[in-house]
Amino acid sequence: MSERKRSYAAALVDALHDGLRADPRVSIIGGYVLGLGPQRTLADRLKQDFPDRVFDPPTSEAGSAAVGIGAAMAGMRPFVDLGTGSFSYLAWSQITNEAAVAHYMSNGRLTAPVTFHMLHGVRGGGAPQHSQSPHAMLWNAPGLEIAAPSTAADVYGLIRTALASPNPTVVVSHAKLLGIETPVPEQKSPIPFGRGDIKRRGRDVTVVATSLMVHYCLAAAEALAREGIDVEVVDPRTLVPLDEKTILDSVSRTGRLVVVDECPLRGGIASEIAATVAERGFRYLRAPIARVTRPDAPVPYSLPLENFIMPDPEKIASGVRRVLAA
Amino acid sequence: MPEGLAETLQWQYLEKMLLIRRFEETVVKLANDGHFRGHYHLYIGQEGTGVPGILALEPKDRLATTHRNHGHVLARGADPGAGLAEILGRATGLNGGRGGTIHLCDPALGFLSTSGVVGGCISLAVGGGYACAQRRDGSVTMALFGDGALEEGVSFEALNIASLWRLPVIFLCENNSAGAMGMAKGGYPTLVHASTDLLLIPRSLGISSVRVDGVDVAAVHAAATQAIAHCRSGQGPVFIEAMTPRWAGSDPLWPELATGITDLRMATGELGTDGPHEQWYDCYDPVLRLAREMAKGGAESVRRIFALDETARKRIADAAEFALASPLPAPETALDHVFAQEASA
Repeated sequence: MSERKRSYAAALVDALHDGLRADPRVSIIGGYVLGLGPQRTLADRLKQDFPDRVFDPPTSEAGSAAVGIGAAMAGMRPFVDLGTGSFSYLAWSQITNEAAVAHYMSNGRLTAPVTFHMLHGVRGGGAPQHSQSPHAMLWNAPGLEIAAPSTAADVYGLIRTALASPNPTVVVSHAKLLGIETPVPEQKSPIPFGRGDIKRRGRDVTVVATSLMVHYCLAAAEALAREGIDVEVVDPRTLVPLDEKTILDSVSRTGRLVVVDECPLRGGIASEIAATVAERGFRYLRAPIARVTRPDAPVPYSLPLENFIMPDPEKIASGVRRVLAA
Repeated sequence: MPEGLAETLQWQYLEKMLLIRRFEETVVKLANDGHFRGHYHLYIGQEGTGVPGILALEPKDRLATTHRNHGHVLARGADPGAGLAEILGRATGLNGGRGGTIHLCDPALGFLSTSGVVGGCISLAVGGGYACAQRRDGSVTMALFGDGALEEGVSFEALNIASLWRLPVIFLCENNSAGAMGMAKGGYPTLVHASTDLLLIPRSLGISSVRVDGVDVAAVHAAATQAIAHCRSGQGPVFIEAMTPRWAGSDPLWPELATGITDLRMATGELGTDGPHEQWYDCYDPVLRLAREMAKGGAESVRRIFALDETARKRIADAAEFALASPLPAPETALDHVFAQEASA
């Protein structure tokens, strides 16, 4: 199949455009789906082609989220963009205590098929209040599906699936992913949730990551290859549902695991994946698991401070060397 | 008879209001007898608002209610047996025992999720209105909530969005803090709001607003009918503040049947109303007030009032029997319905 390259941002817009065209129940609540960066104008065609179905809400994260949830309960399939992930905390009650519980609380009689989207992560100079990655916390709210795509093809396929899902779904896009170009197939199609993707094959160690960290892991793997270390990079793509099998199969082949994530360490995504493998794949492990994450501190503004707390290819490579030395 | 209201409609109201009253009286008995756990909220005293408000809707319309929902789901036609079974946490309940008294919800009747977070109802209803507007079928969504809901921030955000986008939402506020502004004497906190005129809030956002006597079914009917027509014609949301004087039984931290089991002879003059609750019986109890109006029709009307009550009592007795005989859910089903498995229609 022939492939061409597309930016993450362009593929995200493609997914929304195709989603709007495919299903009249889909609409967009959110004026800045691509943030305020250079890609933002790519989203203009959504409003141009679907003027009655793209809404620019007031600065009301909780209200926007609730409107999306209520509309979903009434049979629509809204895509609610909450802007910077840090602002999702304003809509916490709506996401975790309305959307996540509605199907369960009604004994399966109601669904809330809303998609929430947010730009997460250390975006560069975002300081503590514009750099958050809320998806580890959201993972602790049963009832939500969570996707953290890393590539153009994945964001396209996962958003199409989110829009068609009967469940409330959170899609997080790292702000630094928007401009990254990766191959997309000629025939784009939805990607089922719960199906991980091995982004690089390797024999010596399994590295699990999602979102932007996949790219940092691939960069670390290239550097390590020059040292003769062969790294396998596994991208689960969705946290809920989690493709445990692909992760465990990989660890069964390599015997070593490093989990990389930008959420803080404690109670985080890396911790949860490490615990899952320790519990279900202990017999495969030839060394202790390593976690490479943001430390348990807010995200500082100044560049050297920000660099210090951010996982990067060098820190990931160190983690890999550590588990190989053990 | 309330003026300007069709007689058949009034009898319909009385029938529903009696059903709700007997339901709630039974809930207290079931609670006092230890048949269910946890806090609960009764609708007694607000029947004069919810019943005409909800009966003004059409089947295609949507609703959202709150922790004080029992009257709303019954008014819309939910099965009282399934309602009581839900309150008792039984498998046969409206929601299989997963929601309980705070979350009674009958989606088949158009209810959105019954949020126990007070601002939840208003905000979800605006989403319902968004769906109605997208669908362009003239349907509307009605939010039924208490004055306390206006203390939470999301309500303001949602009202603003509803007004900006001219969404077809009727905000039917049941102000049950009337006569009990501030903290109730040594009991449950009621309205804690700096504004002494709640209509200033929707009005500041350009939302058409009206205040009515929530005990007067004709007044509520008129306001609701007008609001619904306003919404259906695409003119945006309407806010109705219905004043429903707080029933003494809702004053304590836990509900009590402070005014006893409702005795319709108080409406026909066969029984006196004097005592500490005289004002309640004479003016504020919506059931007695409507029954008293209907009794003016003469002996045949009086006979009909008692016959309706007899039917309501029988239906609720059967409902309680059904609920009490219903099985509890199998423990291992606790993990069912975390996620929907198939795309909804």
